[in-house]
Amino acid sequence: MFGKLTWDAIPFNQPIPMAASLMVVVVILAILGYTFAKGWWPYLWREWITSVDHKRLGIMYAVLALVMLLRGFTDAIMMRSQQAVAAGGHQGYLPPEHYDQIFSAHGTIMIFFVAMPFVIGLMNFVLPLQLGVRDVAFPVLNSISFWLTCSGALLVNMSLMIGSFARTGWLVYPPLSELAFSPDVGVDYYLWSLQISGVGTLMTGINFVTTILKLRAPGMGYMRMPVFCWTALASNLLIVAAFPVLTATLAMLILDRYLGFHFFTNDGGGSAMMFINLIWIWGHPEVYILVLPAFGVYSEVIATFARKPLFGYRSMVAATLGICLLSFMVWLHHFFTMGAGADVNAFFGVMTMVIAVPTGVKVFNWLFTLYGGRVHFASPVLWSLGFICTFVIGGMTGVLLAIPPADFVLHNSLFLVAHFHNVIIGGVLFGAFAGYMYWFPKAFGFQLNEPLGKASFWCWLIGFYLAFFPLYALGLMGATRRMQHYDNVEWQPLMLVAMLGALVILTGILLIILQLFVSIRQRAKLADRTGDPWQGRTLEWSTASPPPAWNFALLPQVHGTDAYWTMKQAGRATSQPATPPAYEPLEVPRNTPVGVILAFFSVIAGFALIWHIWWLAIIGLIGLAVTALSHAWSVDREMMIPADEVAAFERARASGGGS
Amino acid sequence: MSVADTLTNPANEPVGVPYSERGPASIETVASFGFWLFLLSDVVMFSALFAAYAVLQDHVAGGPDGLKLFNRGYVLAETMCLLISSFTCGLCALAIERRATAAFYLWGVITFVLGASFIGLEISEFLRMIREGAAPERSAFLSAFFTLVGCHGLHVSLGLAWLATMMAQVGTLGFRPQIVRRLLCFTLFWHALDIVWIGVFTIVYLGARW
Amino acid sequence: MQSIWQSGVLDPQGPIGAAERLILLNATAIMLAIIIPVIVLVLGFAWWFRAGNTRAQYLPTFQYSGPIELVVWSIPALVIMFLGGMAWISSHDLDPPKPIASKVAPIEIQVVALDWKWLFIYPNEGVASVNQLAVPVGTPLSFRITSATVMNSFFVPQLGSQIYAMAGMTNRLELMADKPGTYQGLSAQYSGAGFSDMRFEVKAMPAADFQAWVASTKAGGGTLDPVAYGRLARPSMAVKPQTFGNVTPRLFEAAIQQAVK
Repeated sequence: MFGKLTWDAIPFNQPIPMAASLMVVVVILAILGYTFAKGWWPYLWREWITSVDHKRLGIMYAVLALVMLLRGFTDAIMMRSQQAVAAGGHQGYLPPEHYDQIFSAHGTIMIFFVAMPFVIGLMNFVLPLQLGVRDVAFPVLNSISFWLTCSGALLVNMSLMIGSFARTGWLVYPPLSELAFSPDVGVDYYLWSLQISGVGTLMTGINFVTTILKLRAPGMGYMRMPVFCWTALASNLLIVAAFPVLTATLAMLILDRYLGFHFFTNDGGGSAMMFINLIWIWGHPEVYILVLPAFGVYSEVIATFARKPLFGYRSMVAATLGICLLSFMVWLHHFFTMGAGADVNAFFGVMTMVIAVPTGVKVFNWLFTLYGGRVHFASPVLWSLGFICTFVIGGMTGVLLAIPPADFVLHNSLFLVAHFHNVIIGGVLFGAFAGYMYWFPKAFGFQLNEPLGKASFWCWLIGFYLAFFPLYALGLMGATRRMQHYDNVEWQPLMLVAMLGALVILTGILLIILQLFVSIRQRAKLADRTGDPWQGRTLEWSTASPPPAWNFALLPQVHGTDAYWTMKQAGRATSQPATPPAYEPLEVPRNTPVGVILAFFSVIAGFALIWHIWWLAIIGLIGLAVTALSHAWSVDREMMIPADEVAAFERARASGGGS
Repeated sequence: MSVADTLTNPANEPVGVPYSERGPASIETVASFGFWLFLLSDVVMFSALFAAYAVLQDHVAGGPDGLKLFNRGYVLAETMCLLISSFTCGLCALAIERRATAAFYLWGVITFVLGASFIGLEISEFLRMIREGAAPERSAFLSAFFTLVGCHGLHVSLGLAWLATMMAQVGTLGFRPQIVRRLLCFTLFWHALDIVWIGVFTIVYLGARW
Repeated sequence: MQSIWQSGVLDPQGPIGAAERLILLNATAIMLAIIIPVIVLVLGFAWWFRAGNTRAQYLPTFQYSGPIELVVWSIPALVIMFLGGMAWISSHDLDPPKPIASKVAPIEIQVVALDWKWLFIYPNEGVASVNQLAVPVGTPLSFRITSATVMNSFFVPQLGSQIYAMAGMTNRLELMADKPGTYQGLSAQYSGAGFSDMRFEVKAMPAADFQAWVASTKAGGGTLDPVAYGRLARPSMAVKPQTFGNVTPRLFEAAIQQAVK
């Protein structure tokens, strides 16, 4: 009746997951109860849950990312503390069957449910505003993408309370992930969660590429787009090209596990090596999907706060597209030690190094943007400077690992772990925080508390170095990754320093949360009345903070790069035309619950498939089909904003704030 | 009508301005461009399945290989059904252009029947192979074969469901712009599946070298 | 600090490891020569051109310079060409199966990764050991590596390269120990619950001592036949070292066949 699901699935006899699950359930119920008691639910449903507005969706993506950061970081603290104590003969407090789930969940959550949503959220919020248009190409698809990502996140977290998660690492290599060696539901949670959220991500890729290439303000030719839009374009082209490979590969593993196929099994002629090739053909572009928008953030932030245009716009564009293309030609560097032979290894090693060239060019261009500028050290700039210094070190260790014989002694060691955290934290996460602090006033109409932002940055920077530089050393000492315990007690002091670093990072995270609460309380004092708190250069700063649903009453006419800066210089931003412009009624898409309903049925279907509850899976699939069909028949999808409302908003803005 | 409709400002469209600077594109352009991107992503997914098939083609685990299993007659019939259905789909698209309801239904139904015949032939071929012991669980080669060809068949089946839905939508909502856009996307999808099938029968069936 | 480095990649005890350490140090030095100035320049420019510094020249339209572009593309390109050349040459020189030039005849050792221990078979000596690898110094060691179950990676950091152990196939790896000593060996590819205990000691000893070890192992008894292998292959963790004085011929090849059934 319930497939493989029994009461044994709930970890009554395991204190740690049980306590964690209870805590999560209590917090969720408390939030639901509080918001319900306050009567916020009609507002939340109407304005947020069913919203198809890119600004609202962008904010919700960022909220998802920050919440999942707490879960992923808890896993990190547990790993660091386990490794800090499990030296010599000691087993620590996490037996392998827990520890192995924790490191698998940590990687999965951080990549798919923290980094991706954060980056996608920033692109969602910013792109239409920077392009000078009213929304993305497919707003309803945008909402569906977000909610499917939430479905995936929910399923992964359900594995904490019901059943278990994968014990394979975040890329579920076979044969370990096959039924023969992982018979429980852990790998299935992973597979269905990522298949569902992967559909959402692919749709985002299609949505954003179409938006950037087909929806821009008049006059905004390709070479007049902000660099953030170019990096977003490259990132989303990679999504469209790479995510289908992930879908196909996970589907093959699902077929192996569910129907006894032999794609990657040891018997029947399966090839585990093929999985590794396919998954990394997706996996390497994935990291560029994450880092390219971060590079875009840095370009925007450095130019804005140096009060100068970005140096070398054309070569930045060329470098971005070069990175985009090259990212598909390097995947084998993730498994030099699989034994492909000297020619193959050398080719991929050289290609990996080639990709460092455009990246280096970008660093130099940021350097020369600072040169001759007037740099204001607001927190987004601190994140950017911290990024440059940190990322080049991570890039160096990456080029080191790209030399196959060097990789032969460092592959899968803590040196590797330090390298990829170096580039992901220093590159992606610092960029996400820079973007968050930079665009927050635009999204909410008030600034974030600066001192807390700076304090958070310093904690992250110092904490990062404390947490990960010991790991570089440990890797060189022969320490491999994913150790639940180790014999060499001489390694323990370094593990303790790493643990300390994790605690400093935790402080940084808490400071970001504190900053948010304090800023909300101080919002009147921190209000942004002009819409342009940073003396911005790009079009998003020409709108109100927050922008109205329609973004721009009249689409701006663009004449060059840094469109808003040009407008301000020519006095066009502030001058009122002789006669007020004739505002027309604006058509905007209606909100719709189709996204959240599809996500709901996806969770039902996913959970049912995980536990082999076939009748429930069919119900879920039917629910998806019915929802899609009823949406197909909905014809009343747009609504008109009357011209008066637009005019009133613009008048209020013109009188209420200067520019 | 959708958001992009409101974004163009025809009064301001000067001649001689590059397309990239003319402001937001029309809804028709946006919708078909987005659908093309989706089709490209689908081709990438099929490429991964083709790659898996190529790698596992000789991994027969002591069981039957393609040479032994494939039935030339069936493959020819399937190919004819699909190719002709693409032609009738094209005639259907012409009928849509003319907003000719009767012709649309005629060619739509014929396309549907041909597509359904393709699926019927393919399912019976699969069942025959399974009865002969060549089930997908038998070997990696068979897993790859059933998945690649089956995935294509699944896409065709979903296409048939889409076609049926569109015929119902034309019946209830008529040829409004939203419906016409979807119909044209459907025809793109159907033709793309035909192209994938050409890949399938070349690499899988002809590749087995009879 | 000397002691904690003395088990790792920076303290190699064989020619492969020594060559790899040299590459690591050279490549790091070359790249530090680039990134240290970059970091200094970034912090320097940011500080000098800070808004409060009236002495700094404000160049609000400085956004392109042909000569600078040429330099910023050239420096990374040249460094990468150099390192790329290094990568090409060293990949061929240190290709795992490449035989080590030596007057001494190589000794063949077959390696099977099991859940969760390592089995070492000496086909020409007719002995085998679990979680313990005795080798003669100054002798090329020709490893043939496979797995009976999931992917593992055979790795002795102080001797050099690691390579994956995979079911149904053999990876070849050539290493050598220059000096007598005890070196740590491990699996570098996570393989399940007993992964952390999948450790073995490599005991490098003079050739004469090695012969003595072989002889005493043979005398010590224990037969590794298919039945005993089957017992050994059952999952177990933290397995204590043991030896077998008698090994069925071609057991390694049989193990490979069995892994893919």
